This record gives sequence, structure tokens and C-alpha cells, in this order.
Amino acid sequence: MAPGTVSVSLISANLISPRVYRTTTFKMALVYLVFFGISSFALLGFVYWSTAGISTSQTDKIIDAEITGLAEQYRANGMPGVVEIVRERAKNQRQSLYLLVNLARQTLAGNLTTWPDVETEEGGWLEFPYTRPVGGKSVTHQARARHLVLGGGFQLLVGRDVQERLRIERIMQTSLAWAVALTLGLGLIGGLFMSRNLLRRVEVINRTSRDIMAGDLHQRIPVSGSEDELDRLAKNLNDMLEQIERLVVGMRQVTDNIAHDLRSPLNRLRSRLEVTLMSDSSQEDYKLALTQTVEEVEGVLETFNALLNIAKAESGGPDEAFEPVNISRLAEDMAELYDPVAEDKSITLQTEIADGLSILGNAQLLSQALANLLDNGVKYTPAGGAINLLLRPDETGVELIVADSGPGIPADDRDRVLDRFVRLESHRNSLGSGLGLSLVKAVAQRHDARLSLDNNLPGLRVSLRFPLGSGTL
Amino acid sequence: MKILVIEDDQEAAGYLVKGLAESGHVADQVADGETGFMMARGGEYDVLIVDRMLPKLDGLSVVESLRREGEDVPILFLSALGDVDDRVKGLKAGGDDYLTKPYAFSELLARLEALVRRANPAEVETSLDVGGLSVDLLTRRVLRGGTEIMLQPREFKLLEYLMRHAGQIVTRTMLLENVWDYHFDPQTNVIDVHISRLRSKIDKDFEAPLLHTVRGAGYCLREPD
Repeated sequence: MAPGTVSVSLISANLISPRVYRTTTFKMALVYLVFFGISSFALLGFVYWSTAGISTSQTDKIIDAEITGLAEQYRANGMPGVVEIVRERAKNQRQSLYLLVNLARQTLAGNLTTWPDVETEEGGWLEFPYTRPVGGKSVTHQARARHLVLGGGFQLLVGRDVQERLRIERIMQTSLAWAVALTLGLGLIGGLFMSRNLLRRVEVINRTSRDIMAGDLHQRIPVSGSEDELDRLAKNLNDMLEQIERLVVGMRQVTDNIAHDLRSPLNRLRSRLEVTLMSDSSQEDYKLALTQTVEEVEGVLETFNALLNIAKAESGGPDEAFEPVNISRLAEDMAELYDPVAEDKSITLQTEIADGLSILGNAQLLSQALANLLDNGVKYTPAGGAINLLLRPDETGVELIVADSGPGIPADDRDRVLDRFVRLESHRNSLGSGLGLSLVKAVAQRHDARLSLDNNLPGLRVSLRFPLGSGTL
Repeated sequence: MKILVIEDDQEAAGYLVKGLAESGHVADQVADGETGFMMARGGEYDVLIVDRMLPKLDGLSVVESLRREGEDVPILFLSALGDVDDRVKGLKAGGDDYLTKPYAFSELLARLEALVRRANPAEVETSLDVGGLSVDLLTRRVLRGGTEIMLQPREFKLLEYLMRHAGQIVTRTMLLENVWDYHFDPQTNVIDVHISRLRSKIDKDFEAPLLHTVRGAGYCLREPD
């Protein structure tokens, strides 16, 4: 049939890659096509069946009516009346056929030449071919007739020429076949093109993924702008790639930093050990060198742990190990831990902590971030100064503020100090690794909190705004 | 005390065993979980040091199996897996303490001693007494030489922990974990300040000090000599 030819020619012409046939869209189109084909076949079949049926019964009714009329004529006027009417009608009617014969099957009247040589069906019906002159030629037409036995061996055949009806039926059959074939063919082609179109867009995504796997992390999947499901998929994948790239870059940065910042203490360590080994040192000297070495290693490990903590805080999933944290309690406890430290340095630690505030988060990370902020505060605030620890609900969630009256951070440096190992020139000589605020930043990111550094006039004011979305209870 | 070290890093284990011997303890070492399990079930050790990642049977399974058999020897996990989650897993499996590598030997030693002490409690205590300093755990009253000493709640908790481990070295990390429940070390030595506060309350007006700083290790509350 036609659809088969279509698909074969499409494959052989190599218009469409064989992959198209394996796409989900194509399979769905095929299933849909089968259902659509069946339903259109059923619909057209019903139309055909009912039309053909009606026209057959129409023919039968006409024949019956004529027979009834002729039978009445026979009863009223006997055989001569019937002969008369049959002759009359046979002359005028074109579609009606008549044949009246006697016992010896000799024609008495009618426009049929011979009695048809077919079996009579139930109810006296019969269908047969006959020849009739059309435009000087004789052609064979199909007829349907009913057989009526009159008294005295006379038999009457009344029929209709059904050639026209058969022709229409045949046209309808052909149309039906074509309609179904066209439906299937067009559906198939549509399915192929739909699949090909989809496949092309999916192929773009595949190509981008391959590029990314090959190492080009900057690649992004093009978004067509139609806001359809493929666009949404592309956008989500792009967001995912963004996150992956951020993590990879972060990881690279950590590695670089470790290399940078651990190399120098390790180098010092090695030099000290080598020099100690070279000279003829006393037991005391060895002991001193080893003690210093242990201290140095301690420092290296601390830096290492701090870096790992930052990396962990940055890379963790959004809700991994997150639980409701009573941040009011957490802040109170941390203030209590640092209060004596501040007091020792003649700094007042003032707290203003709203009761009963909770957010969803990781208590250890939050504690550590707050500890780092207070550490900085204590470290940089001069004697007689003050540190303020504020926790309050704001319109979007909870705000945690640590403000000190120290030297503050110049506006230009405020972004920079959040990076790893950045220490301001003015603080070169004080203790610290330059990782404190980096951890605060990582913890803030992890909790979807907004971190901002402002001027406290004088001093530094660090604010962490935890959004309601992060699970403020 | 008699210690079993289940650790597959031979060199690290060697130092560990040597360090323990130097500190006056007897230590045996095995390198895989299966042998470790067999040796530990005899009940002849005072404390076990178990690595998490071991050949044949991993550390968690060793401890779980021992606990299933009703073995109640104190166990300290020593592992490079140092996340809060890892720690929780170790304690859930039946470990009593969890120390992350790399660790300071003094830290390990202090924790081992604390563990063994905890394993042999003299019935349920309602009061503690060290060198004339007494703490009533029920009324939360602190007395030294008949004088009442007023403490903040956290100071009381700190003192209680020190007294429960009287005579032992207690490290800063142990205090941060057990008194404050923080599993990280703040940069500033906050613990020192809290200790000196406590010291000024319990030692200042008395001749013989009880609370001592052990350089490079931690603190020790002990009877005057």
C-alpha cells in the first residue's frame, strides 16, 4: 500500500537518519497514527456501509412498488392488461427492466431479451448481467430484479439497472482506501519530521555535553526562547553547569591556595630540620628544633583544616544535614563564649538577641561562622571599644549583625577580604590565616544568606541576612 | 592500661604504640579488622583504638560486632574521615569517642585516659570532691574550705567536667566538645580565658592551686601535692 512505499522511499533516499526511527517522538507518532488510522477507517467504513445500504434498499423498494402495481393490474385486467402495461413501461423507462414470459419461457413483453441464467435467491431476488444498447453499441450492465410467478405458467421479472450504483460504490471504496492511505502516509511523514526536529534540538544538547565532557566548562546549551519544555530542560542544565563550574573553579582555587600558603611554612620546616641536622647540635638544640617543628606543623594543619572546612561548606548540598537551628540560643552561647575574651581586652560585648528565632541550617557551621566574626571583632577592636552582636527578625527572615568599633575595612577592600588568604596590609603583623571571612562567606552561601560588609562609623559591620526561604520557622 | 590498636598503617601504628609505651601503657597492634575483632573479644584490653578503614573488616563493623556480642570495652575511633556525619556514624556504631587524623598525641592520650575512667564509674555520683573543693551535683553548690563559691552555669559545667576527670589532662578540644558542644577550634584561645576565670574563682583565695595548665597539652585539676 501507499504508506509502505512512502517510508521505503524515505529511507532509501537517506533523507532521514535511522536514528529518527528510534526517537520517542517517532514511536509516539506511530502509536498515534495506528489509532488515528483505525478510527478514520471505521468512520469512512460506516459512511460507506450506510450509503451503499440505503441505495440498495431504495432500489428494492422501487421494484417492490412496481411489482405490487403490476400484480394489481393482473388481478383487475388479467394477463392482457399486464402485457399492455409492461410493453408501455418498457418503452418509457430507462432504468427499469421488465420481462414477461410464458410457460415455454418465450418473451411476451419487456425490454430484457432473455431470461437471466442465474439462480433465484430467497424472496425471488436475483442479480445478473445483461446487455443493453448505449449509443449504438451494446454494453453489459448489472441488474437487480425480482421474480414473480403469475397464474397459468406466466412469469414476470421486474428489475432495475444498478450499474450506476455499483460505480458509485466502487468510487467510494477507492476513496476510502486513498483516504486511509493518505492519513497514514501524512501521519508518518509528520511523525518523521517532528522526530527529526526534536532530535535536532536534543542533538544540540548532546553536542554541548560532549564539549563540556571534553573539558570546556564554559559551554552552555543554547536556549531557543520558545519557553517550551526543551527550553526549560536547557535552562535547568545550564544552571547545573553553572553550579558545577563554580565548584570546580572553587576547588581549583583551594588547590592553588594550598600550594601557595602551605608551601612556605613547609619550606621553613624543612630548612630548620636540615640546618639542625647539619650542625653538631646539643640535645637541647634538637629538642628546641623539634618543639618548633611540632608547633609549625600544628599551624600548617590548622590552615589545612580551615581550607577543608571552607571547601566543605561551599560544596555541600543545599539541605544535607540541615535541621532547624535555634539561632537565638546559638548566638547567646557564642556571646557567652566570647564575653570573657572581650572583657580581658577591655572591650564590651553588647548583645541584643531576639528570643526564639530558628532557621534551617547546620549548627556547627553557623557557630563557626559567628565565632570567626567575633574572633575578628576581638582581634581588631582596640581596648575600650565595643562589639555589638545583634539578632533580630527582619521583613525577609532573620538578620545577624556583628559590628565592632575597630579600624574597619576600606570600601574598596570589602569584597576582596572575603577571598581566601587575603589579609589587609595593615594587619600583616597580627596573627591569622586570612581564612576567617572566607568561611563566613561560604557558610552564608550555603545557607542562602546575604552577607554584607559595611562601615560601622567607625569599625566594621558585618550583616548576615538569612532568608525566610532557607526555612525560618 | 592495656590498649589494642587496630590500624593498618604500619608506620603510624608503630609511632602510636611507641608513644603509648613511653607514656607507661602496654599496647598491642593488629593491621586488619578480622584479627582485631578476634583479639578484642577476649576482654583483656582496657581500651581499643580503631581505625575506620581497615582491610578484611572495616572499623565500623568491628565495633558493631563487638557491641553485638556484649563487649563493653571503651572504644576510640581514629580516622581520617572527620565530618560531623562520620563522627555520628562512629558513635552510633558503638564507639565512645572519635578523633580525626591528624591528631596530637597528647590529645589522644588525654582522651584514652578519660575513656578508661568513664568505663569504671564508682556508682552514681551525686557529689564530687577534689582537694577540699566539693561540688554537689544535685543542689549545684560549690564549696571550698567551707566557703561557697558562686559559679555561672557554664562555669559549673566546666568545673564538673574537670572534676570528673580529676588528675587527668583535659585538652581544649575535649572541653570545647564536651562543655560547649562545638566541634571546631576557634582561632582565639577562648578556653584559656574561661579556665582563668574559673581558676580565679576556685583557686585565688586559697594557698594550694587545684587547676593547672599543662603546657602544650591542656589543663589538669588535681589534689595539691
